[in-house]
Amino acid sequence: MRELKILAIVIFFTLVTYWGVEPYAHSQMHKHVESDNFEYKDLKEVEKGDVAKGKDLVMSNCTACHAIKVANMPAPMDPVTSGSSYGVNPPDLSNMGAILDPKYLAAFIADPATASNVAHKFTPESGRSHPMPGYNWMPKEDIAAMVAYLQSIAPKEITPKEVYVSACGRCHAARYDGKVLGQKWTQIGQKPRFKYEKDSLAFDIKLLEYEDSLKKYMGKLPPDLSIIIRARDEHFLKTFIENPQTQLPGTAMPRVGLSEEGFEKVMQHLEDIGDPSKPTRDSLGVYFLIYMVIFTIFAVLWKKSVWRKLH
Amino acid sequence: MAHFSDAKPFSEQWLDERLAVKTLKRVLSQEYWIPKNINFLWAMGMILAVTFGLLLISGIFLLMYYKPDVNLAFDSVNYTIMQEVGYGWLFRHIHGVAASVVFLIIYIHMFTGIYYGSYKKGREMIWISGMLLFVTFSAEAFSGYMLPWGQMSYWAGMVITNLFSLGGLELNGLVEWIRGDYVPGDAFLSRFFMLHVLLMPLIIIGVIVLHFGTLRIPHVNNQEGEEIDFDVEAEKYLSGDTKNAKIIRFQWDFLAKDFMVMAFFLTFFFYLVFYHFDFAMDPVNFDPADGLKTPPHIYPEWYFLWSYEILRPFSKNIGLMAFGFAQVIFMLLPFLDRSPNAKPAHTRGLFKVWFWALLVDMIVLSIMGKVPPEGVFNTIGLVAALTFIGLWIALPFITMAEKKA
Amino acid sequence: MSNTNRRDFLGMSFAAVAAVGGVTALVGMKRAWDPLPSVKAAGTTVVDTSTAEANVMYTEKWRGKPVFILKKTKEMVAKASNNEKARDVIVNGEHFLVCIGLCTHLGCIPAYRPESENFLCACHGAEYDQSAINTKAPAPLPMPIPPFTVDGNKIILGKAGDTYNKMKEAGVLGSTPLDPKA
Repeated sequence: MRELKILAIVIFFTLVTYWGVEPYAHSQMHKHVESDNFEYKDLKEVEKGDVAKGKDLVMSNCTACHAIKVANMPAPMDPVTSGSSYGVNPPDLSNMGAILDPKYLAAFIADPATASNVAHKFTPESGRSHPMPGYNWMPKEDIAAMVAYLQSIAPKEITPKEVYVSACGRCHAARYDGKVLGQKWTQIGQKPRFKYEKDSLAFDIKLLEYEDSLKKYMGKLPPDLSIIIRARDEHFLKTFIENPQTQLPGTAMPRVGLSEEGFEKVMQHLEDIGDPSKPTRDSLGVYFLIYMVIFTIFAVLWKKSVWRKLH
Repeated sequence: MAHFSDAKPFSEQWLDERLAVKTLKRVLSQEYWIPKNINFLWAMGMILAVTFGLLLISGIFLLMYYKPDVNLAFDSVNYTIMQEVGYGWLFRHIHGVAASVVFLIIYIHMFTGIYYGSYKKGREMIWISGMLLFVTFSAEAFSGYMLPWGQMSYWAGMVITNLFSLGGLELNGLVEWIRGDYVPGDAFLSRFFMLHVLLMPLIIIGVIVLHFGTLRIPHVNNQEGEEIDFDVEAEKYLSGDTKNAKIIRFQWDFLAKDFMVMAFFLTFFFYLVFYHFDFAMDPVNFDPADGLKTPPHIYPEWYFLWSYEILRPFSKNIGLMAFGFAQVIFMLLPFLDRSPNAKPAHTRGLFKVWFWALLVDMIVLSIMGKVPPEGVFNTIGLVAALTFIGLWIALPFITMAEKKA
Repeated sequence: MSNTNRRDFLGMSFAAVAAVGGVTALVGMKRAWDPLPSVKAAGTTVVDTSTAEANVMYTEKWRGKPVFILKKTKEMVAKASNNEKARDVIVNGEHFLVCIGLCTHLGCIPAYRPESENFLCACHGAEYDQSAINTKAPAPLPMPIPPFTVDGNKIILGKAGDTYNKMKEAGVLGSTPLDPKA
C-alpha cells in the first residue's frame, strides 16, 4: 500500500511542522502562568456582617462618590466631572456584592490600592494617592457589615453585559457593543442614536474629555475590548483578569476582584461582542462536515467504478 | 476560406466549425493522456486550483464590504464582515484558512516535483512557471495580510519593506517610495489593496494558464520516471485494452481520482475553517495596528518562516544576500541538477539524501524562524541556514556523479 | 448493473451531491449580499413637529431620501379640496403635508413657493399643489407619502401606522393619479 505510506509521510512532516511552529513556538514565546482560580488565597476571610448596620455605614461613607441605583441613590456627579475629579468614574455599587469576591470586597474597602495591586503607582514619591480613601481605621465587623449590605442589595439576576459595565466598563470602551457601530459602549455610557451631527459631536467631545482624565490617571488609555476575545486566548484572559501583574508586571490595571461567576459572565459578554458567530460556527460546522463525508463517499465510489476498467 | 455547413446553430458541429471545439475536447480532455502509474500526490495541482477558486470567491464577498482606509479597514473586517454580513464570518474564515493551507499544498506539490524529477528533460518550463506561481502567490499572500490592518499587518509591513533599504546600501528613499509614506500608512494600504485585488490575481491567472500550457507537450510525469510512448499506449487504450495501457484519459479517468483526493482535502479543510483556525488567523492581528507599539513577538505567516530565518542569523548585508539567494535558488533547480536521470529520488543514491536533508532543513528553519531568537535557537538557526546554502552548492556535484540509469 | 451503467449512475449521483453543495454555497452568497442590520436599523426617522412654523417647508432625511414636512395655515386647510385634505397628516390638530420630496417625473427635488403655496420642479417645469398632488405636466403622479406613524407631536417616518394604512386603502398615497380639484 504504497500510497498509504506516502500519505503517512506527508502527514508526519506536516504535523511536525505544525507542532514546531504553533504549540512549541508559542510555549517558548509566552511562559506559562498558573491560574489562581479566583480563590484570592492572599486575602483574609470575611465574617458574616450585620446588614442593617452595613446599610447605615454605606449610606454615610460611600454615597458621596458612588451611585447605588437599586437603593435609589443617584450618582453625585456626571461621569465626565467625576472623571476629571478622580481620574475615573466611581462605579455604581448595585452589583458589586454579587460579582466581586467578598474577601476582595472587604480588602478593597480597607485598602483600595493594596487590594487591587496598584500600590506601586501610589508610592509617597509619586505624590499621588488612590482616589478612594481606605477604611482600615474601621473595625473589622463594620467592613464586614458593609460587605453584607452590598451582598443583600445586589440583584439576583445580572446579565453578562451588566457585569462588564460594573467591573470593566468605566475604563474599557467596547465599540462593537451596540446595535450598530455608532451606538457603542463608551466609558461614559452607551452612545445613543443622535439625529443631529452636532449632538453626536458634543457627546464625542465629552467622551474625549473623560478619556483625557483617564489617560492621565492610568498612564495610557485602556484598550477597547471589542475583539479581545480573539486577540488573547482564554487562559491569558483568566490569569490577567485575576491579577494583571502576573501577565504584565508593572501595569496600571487594577486587580478587579471578580468572583469566578463574575468572571465567567464577563467572558460571556466578551464573546457576545467579539465573536457572536461562535455558536453558529460550532453548529453549522457539524452539518458541513456531515455533508463533506457524504460527498467523499460518493467521490470514492465513483472513482472506484471509473478505475475498475483501468486496473 | 473555412467551410461552413448547414449545421443547427450551437450544435457540436456548428461550434466545431467556428471554434474547433472537437479538437479542443480531444486535445485537452478526451485524448490528453496521463500516465496510469501515479499516486494521490498527482492530485495536488487540482487541489491548488480548487483552493485558488475558494480564495477568489470568498475574496469577492469580502471585497464587497472591505474598506481600504487605515481608519476603517480593521472594523470593516472584524465588525462589518465578521458580525453584520450574512455568513461574512464564514467567508472570512474560508479566505484566511485557504490562504494558509494553499501554501501547505504548494510545498507538497513542489517537493513532489523535486522527488520525482519532474523538472528535468523537457519539463524545465513547468518547474519555472510553477516557481513563478510560488513567488506570485507569496506576493498575493503578503499583500492580503496587510489588509485587516492589525498589529501584525502593520509591523510585518514595516519589517519587510525595510528589507528594501538593502542593508548597507541604505536605500531609505526607495523604502519610502515603496510605502508611499515614511511609515506604512494609508498610501501603503491602498496600493497593497490594489496589488492584492487586481494586479496579482491577474498575473497569477496568466501564469496558471502558462503552467498548464507548459505541461501539455511534455506530459505529466509518473512514479517510476518511465519514458512512455504515448502514441503506442493511446492505441492500446482506444482499442479497448484499458487494463494494460499505461495511460488514462484526463477526462474522466484522471479527474475521477482528482475529485476523490479533493473530497478528502475539503473535509479536512472545512474542519479547519470551523474548528481549528488560529494557525491561519493569528491572535496578534486582532489588535488594531498601532505604529507606536511593537508587539513583543513579530513573525511572518508560517510559510515564510524558513525564508525569514535564513535572513536572521547573519549580519545585515550577509543576511540580505542569503535571503536573496534563497528566493532565487529554487528557480535554478533544473540547471543545477546535472544528472541525466529523470527518476524518483529513491533510485538516485545521494540525491535521495539531499532531498530528505533539504526537507528536514526547511522544517527546522521554519521552526527556528518562529521561536524567539535566543540562546540555542540562534545556534540551530545558523547551522540550518548554512546547511541550506551548503546543500544547494553541493547539488551540482552530487548529481554530476550520477551515472545514467 | 453493467459497469458502464454503474459508473454513469455513480457519476450522476456524485454530481447531484456536488450540486447540493453548490446550491448551499449560492444561498450563502445571496445572504452575504442582503442589506446589513445597520441599514435596516436606519429605516426610521423621527420628526419633531413642535417647533414647525406654518407655510415653511422643512426637509427631513429618511432612508437617504428627502421628505417634505409642511405645516398648513388655516386658510390653506379651508380652501383644500377633498383629495388634498385626504392626504393631510394631522398632528395635535395641525395639518401637515408629509411626502417624499422627489418629482415623480425624473426624480429632481421640487422647490416650495410659499407665496403661491405650491411646488415647482426646476428640471422640466412640473408643478404640485399644497398637498403635493401634481397640477402641471410632465409630473405623472403626486409625490408619494412614506409610511408614517403619529406619536404625540412626533411623526415617525418608516413605520406604517393606522392613518397611513387607511390612506393606502383610500388610494391617496400617490401611487395612482389624483384629481387636485376633487
